[in-house]
Amino acid sequence: METPTRTKAVQELSNVVILFAGDSGDGIQLTGSQFTDTSALFGNDVSTFPNFPAEIRAPQGTLAGVSGFQLHFGSVEVWTPGDQCDVLVVMNAAALKANLGKLRNGGTIIANSDGFDAKNLRLAGYIDKQDPLTDGSLANFSVHAVDVTKMTRNALADTALGMKEKDRCKNMFVLGLISWMYSHGLESGEAFLTKKFAGKPELIDANRKALLAGFHYGDTSETFTTRFEVKAAPMPKGNYRSITGNQGTALGLIAAAQKAGLELFYGSYPITPASDILHELARHKNFGVKTFQAEDEIAAICSAIGASYGGALGVTASSGPGIALKTEAMGLAFMLEIPLVIVNVQRGGPSTGLPTKTEQADLFQAVHGRNGEAPIPVIAASTPIDCFDMAFEAVQIALEHMTPVILLTDGYIANGAEPWRFPQAKDLPAIKPPFAAPKQDGDAEKFLPYLRDERGVRPWAVPGMKRLQHRIGGIEKQDRTGDISYEPLNHELMVRLRAEKVARIADRFKPIRLDSGAPEGELLIVGWGSTYGAIRTAALELQREGRSVSHVHLRHLFPFNKGLGPLLKKFNKVLVPEMNTGQLRQLIRAEFLVDARGLNKVQGLPFTAAEIKAAAIELLKP
Amino acid sequence: MTTANEVINGSNAPEKLDYASDQEVRWCPGCGDYSILKQVETVLKEKGRPKEEIVFISGIGCSSRFPYYLDTYGMHSIHGRAPAIVSGLRAVRPELSVWMITGDGDSLSIGGNHLIHLLRRNVDVNVLLFNNEIYGLTKGQYSPTSPEGAVTKSTPMGSVDHPFNPLALCKGADATFIARAMDRDPKHLREVLLAADAHRGTSLIEIYQNCNVFNDGAFEVFTEKASKPFHTLFVEHGKPLVFANGTKGVKLDGMKPVVVDLSDGTTALDDLWIHDQHDGFKAPILMRLFDDPRLEGALPRPFGVLYMHERHTVESKINEQVAQAVARKGKGDLDALLRGERTWTIG
Repeated sequence: METPTRTKAVQELSNVVILFAGDSGDGIQLTGSQFTDTSALFGNDVSTFPNFPAEIRAPQGTLAGVSGFQLHFGSVEVWTPGDQCDVLVVMNAAALKANLGKLRNGGTIIANSDGFDAKNLRLAGYIDKQDPLTDGSLANFSVHAVDVTKMTRNALADTALGMKEKDRCKNMFVLGLISWMYSHGLESGEAFLTKKFAGKPELIDANRKALLAGFHYGDTSETFTTRFEVKAAPMPKGNYRSITGNQGTALGLIAAAQKAGLELFYGSYPITPASDILHELARHKNFGVKTFQAEDEIAAICSAIGASYGGALGVTASSGPGIALKTEAMGLAFMLEIPLVIVNVQRGGPSTGLPTKTEQADLFQAVHGRNGEAPIPVIAASTPIDCFDMAFEAVQIALEHMTPVILLTDGYIANGAEPWRFPQAKDLPAIKPPFAAPKQDGDAEKFLPYLRDERGVRPWAVPGMKRLQHRIGGIEKQDRTGDISYEPLNHELMVRLRAEKVARIADRFKPIRLDSGAPEGELLIVGWGSTYGAIRTAALELQREGRSVSHVHLRHLFPFNKGLGPLLKKFNKVLVPEMNTGQLRQLIRAEFLVDARGLNKVQGLPFTAAEIKAAAIELLKP
Repeated sequence: MTTANEVINGSNAPEKLDYASDQEVRWCPGCGDYSILKQVETVLKEKGRPKEEIVFISGIGCSSRFPYYLDTYGMHSIHGRAPAIVSGLRAVRPELSVWMITGDGDSLSIGGNHLIHLLRRNVDVNVLLFNNEIYGLTKGQYSPTSPEGAVTKSTPMGSVDHPFNPLALCKGADATFIARAMDRDPKHLREVLLAADAHRGTSLIEIYQNCNVFNDGAFEVFTEKASKPFHTLFVEHGKPLVFANGTKGVKLDGMKPVVVDLSDGTTALDDLWIHDQHDGFKAPILMRLFDDPRLEGALPRPFGVLYMHERHTVESKINEQVAQAVARKGKGDLDALLRGERTWTIG
């Protein structure tokens, strides 16, 4: 279809934050992610934050059922989904009530007026039929009430769809309207619909009609007098695609398995927010990927251990409660010294906690959460793209050092998306597992499965390798031979050898690098994981204001980068923002004896840049 | 990309093979495990498969030390989880011969969940379930197969738990090979092991194994010369159910098995229940021949291959799907994967 001609003034903006919100059945996530794709394809830098309830279909119209998708897109670099939104699109009264606090003063509200009838107002908790759209309480904002439901139904009047199916197209009307507002074409949305509803021409047709109706409405309605345009961002040259963190993790695992020349076996049990890794991997069986939906979390990791034992790359992923169940098996993998990658897509805890919300409170669990002396390397991804890089590195460490590795991501970056200048396969390094050398005929010497190389790494002998038969297990083993041993001094030796092997993994890390700021100064902000965007945004602003602030973002949490200790000493103050009560801060204090201060938020929500900035300014006060 | 198998060097014809490892066997003197180990070695020798193509995976318990005593590949894993480890191993290495060693506590208590899923998926593995009706390694607590009233260290007044009927449980989980054997009848055990190894899918053998330290004589009514003929029923495919040295048989009275006297000439062998190991409807009844042998008129306990059925293994399907995906989409192109479906260029 042709995109209608412009009839109104166009104003250029550098960046915009839109928050789409509605019932969890309103298709909000789809509208948001579709608009994101269009923005990214256009060349904007983007960052997103999907925020949805744990219930699949919470009671309609209630605050508990509100699903949101925040999108920040710009002609400038964008590092966070935005502290506040410029535009709030709400499908009902509850969505407005739940999100009004996030709208900046003077911001725009686009409201589906049908979602503000007496019932919806009551469910949202507006008392005495008080209607925010008409009672003047929104005077500080620019409000556009649009009867999305009615107009969508009208647009689809001549289709054969039932009323329910027609109403499901409301989100496309909204997408059309917002596309008009921000000067996006509809081609990308149409292409998406054609693919999503392949084989259902009546649904493709209806959704297209709704999409176009929304666009036309913006163009012709007198409510909207101005269109906006956000030009492409000055991003580094190259080829881009959009990627979420969970996709990044999945692709990183496949790429690494390919680079190692191994099959990828993924054992997992469904859990929010990690399941999308399973879904993504299951689509790529032509890469030799074998996915196994196990009967429980323990079987998930144990099947991965079995696969690694068989000479494949074994991987498992979960979130906090599932990781807790895997703990004993992680100890086994550590004791066996076989490669294994364990991904924890963190969510709010403890126990079931906040399944769909984000948190960084499993760091202690990752670093310390096993019986006995069982140090397992822990690394963390900081952005959706970084999930790819860190998943790749997790595999490198696991295979080249014969150890389980824990990769921490979290719900925020797992579901968030950003543009990715994807690499080429040839630019990714080869991965070389330490396979045992074949034994020659006549070599009667016993194979020593725990004879270590200079890095402390043992050889990997896989069933089928002739004359290398050996037995391994969770019981303490004799140095070199791997035979069962209860010798006191041997046990202490083995505990130390295993720990040294893991400590030496730090030898492979690149020198520590500041993300921004001078190499020494007043304040160093130390971050890890998904707080990256907020800390970077705040640090850059502070530096522009002339403050002595630097930012380092840790990807290696155990063992630490060897340069971290010396770096910390070059600053008078250290601030550690975390979405927990201070876990990295305690590790840093314990390891380096520095007076690290914490900025801690445990609300199931990411930091805003403003929060980080305020804490830094406070700490900078003499 | 190579498969895990391709990193392995090729195998030659078997040498004169001795499957025993260099480790000293450390079960208690007199333990039934010795006899089982011996029969497994015999079967391995008879089959002559190269040692490097054989893997033994065990959980935790006395029996789970088994892999250390064989010069094959082996893993002594953690309590109850051997089925899950086996499942992952088989998915990537379907050409290996895999054996799983477990006990009544390991596979019916802490690992019960994994066992039933192993069976329904029909992973190709020989499962030797050493049942001694007691926790031996932890020194004598009752297990999920201990009879009601069992007096043990943890049940000084007698166990109040109803025990599992392990083979009925396995049938409930749609196992494709179900057998029972005993440590004290090595010849029969050997035959059952050979049948299990020949079956493609999960072959489960419950082996009555005497723990002479903590539960001595638990199965003596089935194993001792004097009582054995009257309490055991050795089933053979296509043969009538006969026991007590040919003087008694089992007949189906409708759905109900009844013992009949063969010595008075009133019942012909043809009237007896003829064992059909492929009969999935009669199998559950056979599994239910599980009376307490101390009771008057108790039905005899069946031994041998009680049920066998051909069904695809999960690993064959997993590998089939990989092959299908390759046929449909071509072998994975990493650059195409990284590029995804929608890209744009800045430059």
